[in-house]
Amino acid sequence: MKTVVTPTSTAELIEAVRSAPRVLAFGAGTKPRLSQVDDNVLGISTVGLSSLLEYEPDEYTFTALAGTPLRDLTAVLAEKRQYLPFDPPLAAAGATLGGTVAAGLSGPGRLRYGGVRDFILGIRFVDGSGRDLRLGGKVVKNAAGFDLPKFLVGSLGRLGVITELTFKVFPRPASTLTLRLPVSDPERAVTLFEALGSGRWEVEAADLPPSADAVYVRLAGPEGTLPLIARELLAHGSGDTLEPSVATTFWANLQAQAWSAPGNSLHKIALRPREAPALLQQVAAMGGQVHLSSAGCLAWVALPAGSDAGRLGLQALTLRGSGPLFSGRAAEPEIARAIKFALDPVDRFPGFA
Amino acid sequence: MPADALRRLSAILPADRLLWQPAHLAAYQSDALTAFQSPPLAVAIPETADEVIALVRACHAGRLPFVARGSGTSLSGGSLPVKGGIVIALNRLNRILRLDPAERIAVVEPGVINLAVTAAAAPHGLHYAPDPSSQSICTIGGNVAFNSGGAHCLKYGMTSNHVLGLRAVLATGEVVEFGGGRREQIGPDWCGLFTGHEGLFGIALEITLQLLPRAECFHTVLAGYRTLEQAGDAVSAIVASGLLPGAIEIMDALALEAAKAAVHADYPPHCEAVLIVELEGPREAVAADRLRLDALLAASQPVEARPARNPAERLAIWKGRKSAFSAVGRLSPDFIVQDGVVPRRRLGEALRRIGKFSREAGLRCANVFHAGDGNLHPLILYNGRNPGELGRAEALAGRILRLCVDMGGSITGEHGIGVEKRDYLPAMFSSDEIDCLRRIRAAFDPLGIANPGKMFPGGEAPALHAHGPHPLERAGVISRE
Ligand SMILES: Cc1cc2nc3c(=O)[nH]c(=O)nc-3n(C[C@H](O)[C@H](O)[C@H](O)COP(=O)(O)OP(=O)(O)OC[C@H]3O[C@@H](n4cnc5c(N)ncnc54)[C@H](O)[C@@H]3O)c2cc1C
Repeated sequence: MKTVVTPTSTAELIEAVRSAPRVLAFGAGTKPRLSQVDDNVLGISTVGLSSLLEYEPDEYTFTALAGTPLRDLTAVLAEKRQYLPFDPPLAAAGATLGGTVAAGLSGPGRLRYGGVRDFILGIRFVDGSGRDLRLGGKVVKNAAGFDLPKFLVGSLGRLGVITELTFKVFPRPASTLTLRLPVSDPERAVTLFEALGSGRWEVEAADLPPSADAVYVRLAGPEGTLPLIARELLAHGSGDTLEPSVATTFWANLQAQAWSAPGNSLHKIALRPREAPALLQQVAAMGGQVHLSSAGCLAWVALPAGSDAGRLGLQALTLRGSGPLFSGRAAEPEIARAIKFALDPVDRFPGFA
Repeated sequence: MPADALRRLSAILPADRLLWQPAHLAAYQSDALTAFQSPPLAVAIPETADEVIALVRACHAGRLPFVARGSGTSLSGGSLPVKGGIVIALNRLNRILRLDPAERIAVVEPGVINLAVTAAAAPHGLHYAPDPSSQSICTIGGNVAFNSGGAHCLKYGMTSNHVLGLRAVLATGEVVEFGGGRREQIGPDWCGLFTGHEGLFGIALEITLQLLPRAECFHTVLAGYRTLEQAGDAVSAIVASGLLPGAIEIMDALALEAAKAAVHADYPPHCEAVLIVELEGPREAVAADRLRLDALLAASQPVEARPARNPAERLAIWKGRKSAFSAVGRLSPDFIVQDGVVPRRRLGEALRRIGKFSREAGLRCANVFHAGDGNLHPLILYNGRNPGELGRAEALAGRILRLCVDMGGSITGEHGIGVEKRDYLPAMFSSDEIDCLRRIRAAFDPLGIANPGKMFPGGEAPALHAHGPHPLERAGVISRE
């Protein structure tokens, strides 16, 4: 994109969508590959649409404009002791709510209650015909109409421009505790992930950071109960408990993806835990790094510039770098074309390439 | 049944699995919303996914409407047969194909009963979380079609939060695989879109479900209140406290009376409402949270608060709650269940107004509901044999739906729109929004043969053209705006 407009109201944004034959919205640009498109595409920045429109702590819901930075939202939620349990990544870097939904990104906390798709309730978006549409709802439960809010999670702005979102939130547990459980090799990490996932502890996060030899486990719950649970988890090995301030920095760094060198390409991979050992090996051979998140259901992979993520043989989304947007995915079914046409009959938005 | 349609189908299924004689069709002519009845042309009973695919392709080739059917427990007319169409009954596709305890997933056929998934997972300490009250009879296919909920949605969500993968035959005959059974996905969320399609996209053939570890510990309390208002206030206090119970349910006096009669449930005397709250989690967490919950409940001035002292008492509490719908059925020859949602803080006001509407209509209305989600379930009692009563019941249901929308809620939390609420869709969505939903539907089903006449008000608009713009559109002569 060469030309960029920055609307400051939803009406202006709708106008902008209608104004050009080819458009793509983007937020703070923390996932630059998602908005790397041809020069003839008009860029619509959502950063001028930043506002928390409604927040009802007693309903566990809020509605915000798409360009609202996550860090502003989490700060407001924290005042009421609430949170988005899926730890949306790149909040500190300025990532927006709309960008997080369009990219379909969740962080370590997705392990306990699910990811961004599990907390979205309602959406307002502009389709390819320039129509202003609200689907889903504003209450925590709603089954009226097809679930477009969920469908647009991961749609990368290619099916519509998101202008407003309603989310469910949860009360924030009173305390957290992070454990470091050493693992000698990736197979053991997988065994540990599986045990944590089916255990009684309701673990909030379980991640293996790049080049680490330990799984970091975050517990969350009522004050005073976590040391009891931790004792059990620590009983069988040489693990230890992180100091609270060390733990905070540790998770903040992971969330910021501070480990991935800016020159490398960055990819999200939808993983099965058992695929993790082979992935780690393959990425190491390519000279890259892996952060296994959410007990091995999610991997963030950094590869030296110019590498082909397709060689990993897994479904991947490129967030930074110059490779294709998607790799490792089966050919698009016929229905994908039909739906793209239903939402964008004039091909106003770029395709998934 | 027209000879050519029958010929096409009988090439796929043996005669004993293709029913067309009126006596055999009677069992299929309605779902749990018995006010609507319509016999199908025929009922096809496939036993394999390949047979389902062949049936759908035959329907597509002959423009023959079809309605997928699980156990027929839909409360909104979702599995009501459509005129001139067939029913594809999926109960015999009831195999659990794979259960992987380490990865915590189950791959099931659509006719598997909801509770059977949990039964199969239980030996591994796992369970399938969505628990509609009908869980001992309803199918996973039906749950997926309606995005069904249950008493435990507050913490763990609805069906769609647990569907990780789907194989389906679309109404076009195309066979697709969505999601791949992974917890994360790349690209748009197709499983999310398919779940809640109300049978309008095609037929789910294989569903990958996420299983959760069974909570180690429960603390279930039943508290009786003199007024519904007090029970509602207790809910607000719990929510405001920062506790996150697995379930918060309320039953009113009429529902209590019914449950007492039906399953000999025992409730505190002279109560207009009973609240059920359940904490679940690791024993350390539940031990800490129960102190706070018990204190909150004590402060809410119940007639009596009874914690379940053992698993049997917990089950008894849930049995009373989950039997409430069928129990209310005993109080009255007929009933309609509504399923609107209101913001939680307006529950008290909503119930008061529903009580007023019900008095004005001269019909009794029982309330059993998911208070934690703001999801009401008013059960409107009527006698279809009394002239005009069904009409009055429907009018009352309509007033309740509008009330929910006016309060900023929804016309359905988990039962779907079906035929019953299709005229109320415009109360929630603009004509552009409904048009968008119709286009999505037409992309999956350009001929409009999958469960036509459901969800959308009025008739179905035929698809303009689903794959690429119409030539006149491209030339700018017509447009869809
Ligand atoms: C006593 C009682 C209590 C209930 N409690 C609850 C509750 O607590 N929460 C709740 O959410 N619901 C509840 N329900 C409603 C009902 O049980 C659910 O909607 C359930 O999911 C329907 O399942 P079924 O197998 O009976 O589906 P059916 O009624 O047979 O079908 C429902 C819909 O699904 C479609 N369908 C079925 N199978 C497939 C398939 N394989 N592929 C595509 N479409 C398909 C049908 O066409 C139809 O539109 C209750 C119903 C009763 C009678």
